[in-house]
Amino acid sequence: MNEIIKMSATTLAEKIKNKELSSVEVTKAFIKRAKETDPKIKAYISITEEYAINQAEESDKKIASGAETGELEGVPIAIKDNILIENIKMTASSKILENYTAPYDATVIEKLKKAGAVFIGKTNLDEFAMGSSTENSAFFTTKNPWNTEHIPGGSSGGSASAVSAMTAPLALGTDTGGSIRQPASCCGIVGLKPTYGRVSRFGAVAFASSLDQIGPMSKTVEDSALLLNVIAGFDKKDSTSINVPVPDYLETIKQDIKGLKIGLPKEYFIDGLDSDVKKSIEKAIEIYKKAGAEFVEISLPHTDYAVAVYYIICCSEASANLARYDGVRYGFRAECDNLLDEYQKSRGQGFGPEVKRRIMLGTYALSAGYYDAYYGKAQKVRTLIKQDFENAFKKVDLILTPSAPTPAFKIGEKSSDPLQMYLSDIFTISCNLAAVPGMSIPCGFSEKGIPIGMQLLARNFDEQTMFKAAYSYQQATEWHKQFPNI
Amino acid sequence: MKNKYEVVIGLEVHSQIKTETKVFCNCSTDFHSQPNTNICPVCTGQPGVLPVLNKKAVELLVKTALALDCSINKKSVFARKQYFYPDLPKNYQISQYELPFAEHGKLNISADGKIKSIGITRIHLEEDAGKLLHEIGSRQLDCSLADYNRTGIPLMEIVSEPDMRSPQEAAAYLTALKNLIEYIETSDCNMEEGKFRCDANISIRPVGQKEFGTKAELKNMNSISGVEEALEYEVQRQIETVENGGKIIQETRTWDPNEKITKSMRSKENAHDYRYFPDPDLVPVNLDDVFIENIKITIPELPEKRKERLIQEYGLPEYDANVIISDKALVNFYEDALNNTAKDAENIPKLIANWLTTELLGKLNNAKLTIKESPVKAEYLGQLVSFISKGTISGKIAKTVFEEMFNTNKDPETIIKEKGLVQISDENEIIKICQEAADESPKAVAEYKSGKERALGAIVGLVMKKSKGKANPQMVNKILADLLK
Amino acid sequence: MEISKKDVDYVASLARLEFNEKDKESLTQQLGSILNYIEKIKEVDTSKIEPTSHGASGENFWREDKVIKSSQKTIDAIFKNAPDKEADFFKVKKVMDTEEE
Repeated sequence: MNEIIKMSATTLAEKIKNKELSSVEVTKAFIKRAKETDPKIKAYISITEEYAINQAEESDKKIASGAETGELEGVPIAIKDNILIENIKMTASSKILENYTAPYDATVIEKLKKAGAVFIGKTNLDEFAMGSSTENSAFFTTKNPWNTEHIPGGSSGGSASAVSAMTAPLALGTDTGGSIRQPASCCGIVGLKPTYGRVSRFGAVAFASSLDQIGPMSKTVEDSALLLNVIAGFDKKDSTSINVPVPDYLETIKQDIKGLKIGLPKEYFIDGLDSDVKKSIEKAIEIYKKAGAEFVEISLPHTDYAVAVYYIICCSEASANLARYDGVRYGFRAECDNLLDEYQKSRGQGFGPEVKRRIMLGTYALSAGYYDAYYGKAQKVRTLIKQDFENAFKKVDLILTPSAPTPAFKIGEKSSDPLQMYLSDIFTISCNLAAVPGMSIPCGFSEKGIPIGMQLLARNFDEQTMFKAAYSYQQATEWHKQFPNI
Repeated sequence: MKNKYEVVIGLEVHSQIKTETKVFCNCSTDFHSQPNTNICPVCTGQPGVLPVLNKKAVELLVKTALALDCSINKKSVFARKQYFYPDLPKNYQISQYELPFAEHGKLNISADGKIKSIGITRIHLEEDAGKLLHEIGSRQLDCSLADYNRTGIPLMEIVSEPDMRSPQEAAAYLTALKNLIEYIETSDCNMEEGKFRCDANISIRPVGQKEFGTKAELKNMNSISGVEEALEYEVQRQIETVENGGKIIQETRTWDPNEKITKSMRSKENAHDYRYFPDPDLVPVNLDDVFIENIKITIPELPEKRKERLIQEYGLPEYDANVIISDKALVNFYEDALNNTAKDAENIPKLIANWLTTELLGKLNNAKLTIKESPVKAEYLGQLVSFISKGTISGKIAKTVFEEMFNTNKDPETIIKEKGLVQISDENEIIKICQEAADESPKAVAEYKSGKERALGAIVGLVMKKSKGKANPQMVNKILADLLK
Repeated sequence: MEISKKDVDYVASLARLEFNEKDKESLTQQLGSILNYIEKIKEVDTSKIEPTSHGASGENFWREDKVIKSSQKTIDAIFKNAPDKEADFFKVKKVMDTEEE
């Protein structure tokens, strides 16, 4: 195995800048790896080889000429295929966008281009980011590199698998209810959902606008900080982005965590929690205690309602966000005799079952006579969930929970029961409802060798504390140095 | 029959807000651009795009709302109104539902010679839809062609209370509203270009009944007179329906301006369930007192106030004042003209009003020109009237001069000089002409001297003829009377 | 919470989604069980609670009224994705007056 593909993005960026490695050499190594392993893993919808090599050559020229370089100059990154890169196909893993070419760059893509990153491919996801396993992709299911019979998590399963399988050192995901953190946990990598408003959503296909955030997925905590440094910040094109200065996340990452107060919400440590998950979390707590952190039991009393609130809100918003896919200006059109049929058939055939289910649920929740009982009520319970976190963060600096109740389940295990599938997001959903930042870091393996993740949650715009704690744990453990055998 | 029923009308006006760019993206609002050139990823509803609010649209809406005595809501929220239509790229329209920018305003209209106050329920901001073409020239298409240039242009929807009691009141309301908006320049109000559109809700009820009758919503009226005609038709239709034992159903009806009838479009039973909800892509707007005060100071004198001033300051009769304030360009023209008159001249305000409303408007009308396109500049009209008032030219000569001004765009002084039209007010010269005329009219002189005062007319006529109309008529009369004593 | 097939038909027509009979049946059942689960939020007392309708608590986000014209390249890229076009227009099936709005 080529050593390049095992290197962290931080290391690669350094070596490329020092001319120890060329960007073309690095990019080719990852593409070669992808060509070898991806037929088995299926992380990518498209590998943008030509585009990537062009970018890599540009980076090498820039470095050779001594011109100013970006923070990720020449470093490859995989992009979830619901983020737009101008002139590159963007499918959102849906038949309805199968032949859509992006007419513009997402803000995060503009920032990555400026930072010198190289786009090596677009990764698979659950259609329109709706799902927890990539089984809802219109094209194929991505496999977990640790065990290809298992799901990679979702919806950013392609990005998680790509990083885990070493076909990319970095990836972007999007997280609406856990879609970065849960697959990161399933694949044994680091995944971060920033504070709502920290990263511009412009150019990420909207699923649920009040919950969506783009975030970094990486092998290590430093890489996560490095990538967040690049993509974070105010954007005048996104009215929900917030004008709070972006600190250098790498600068404070190595700080001591002595005296840090970490909360353990009692509602998350309940019967039914997988025993392997439970053991791993308990060990992690011990490691933190050794590093000087203090643990406090806290309560997030409305946790039990989070999944219900989440599904009402995300489906309601999605039902409007996905109305634009009608085959008029772009996308799949089922030719019919009249407009009404054309709408219904284009959408009926263009969307997969889970997307249609959620559009139906959201349409119902907003329809005349039901608004107050569902959407209106859910908005109010969301306020209570937000308050739970505000109260908790008066007592603690961070909250620690498992990322998911079980390690990655088997492909097909839950696909017939949507509700069971929804409940697998139980630990990640509240974070989006409360808008706080959250992160999953690897904390062990199940007896069967499937990765387990632990979730850290922090105060709004306090990603720094989260990084610090995640890094401290990473340095005390070896999980990030494990690679799947493929 | 008509007296048995009371008509109840409420109007919803959509007025295009006069901004350079669309409400949620930076595309131009230019009306005359080639199809689909003022478009971008945002207004064509591409995946991943987000709206960003145009501040100017909010400012102009608030300015309108303040001019209509509305209270401005501290907090306003945008909502998505959902329905599928090919002219609506996102298949939802960004509008406002629960918290619009403004509520509870009023507009005064004159109805039957009295002032009546019409309530404004609310004013909210929303984006316009695109345009669908169904024919090219006279060729009917078997498809629809979408042009998204108009998509996303800001509209203010001004909803009135059901306070109007006749189609005439509705027309008066629209005229007053359009006039007010033109005064404050927040919209072009061009109805032909669809920049000022009106839907009407109309119902009838037996006189004395408190509850409203079932209403019909009328669409597709493209002029104020069209609104009036459509409402007249609808009043008749509803009365006839009820008189014949029928029931009015709640429905949307479209006005056919060719057949001059309203036709049912759809009934409310299968009307839309718009599924409004707050747009999570747009944050709430919070307008503080400073913002509102800063807009307040930009509001010019409004039509009603200006009318009062014309009456009080210039002593204009109410009728003239009403005509002049009915159009901002006209009243500006009037005051411009007035500011260009000689200070010592007499009765100028009324004279200018006469010249403006009869002569100039008549000519403009014939030539199908608006006051803004007038070949006669306001200052020239002021000068012309000054010349009359000072006796430089007679009223009759003035008409000739005015004709020339209208045709050549020249100022009156130049014309008077070029044509030698200055009134003869030199006493010796007039005496000379009068003497000649008297000498040539012995019969008339004799008659006059025998007491027939009217005989003087013939001699005056001859004097005017000899002087080419330039002799000062008052002097001629006086001098002749002296000569023939 | 019972959801009837009639409700499903109505919602499907609002959302412009076509389902075959078989799918409609399983959908009715699935939506029923999801709604059943969701019902639990009714237990929460929210009588004094303000709704949260936005992800963050920002206000007054706006821009200046300045035209930025799309490049021809962008307009071309937008048109390139169109399933059907004629001249400078996006082409769709004829809209009937009675269909909508």
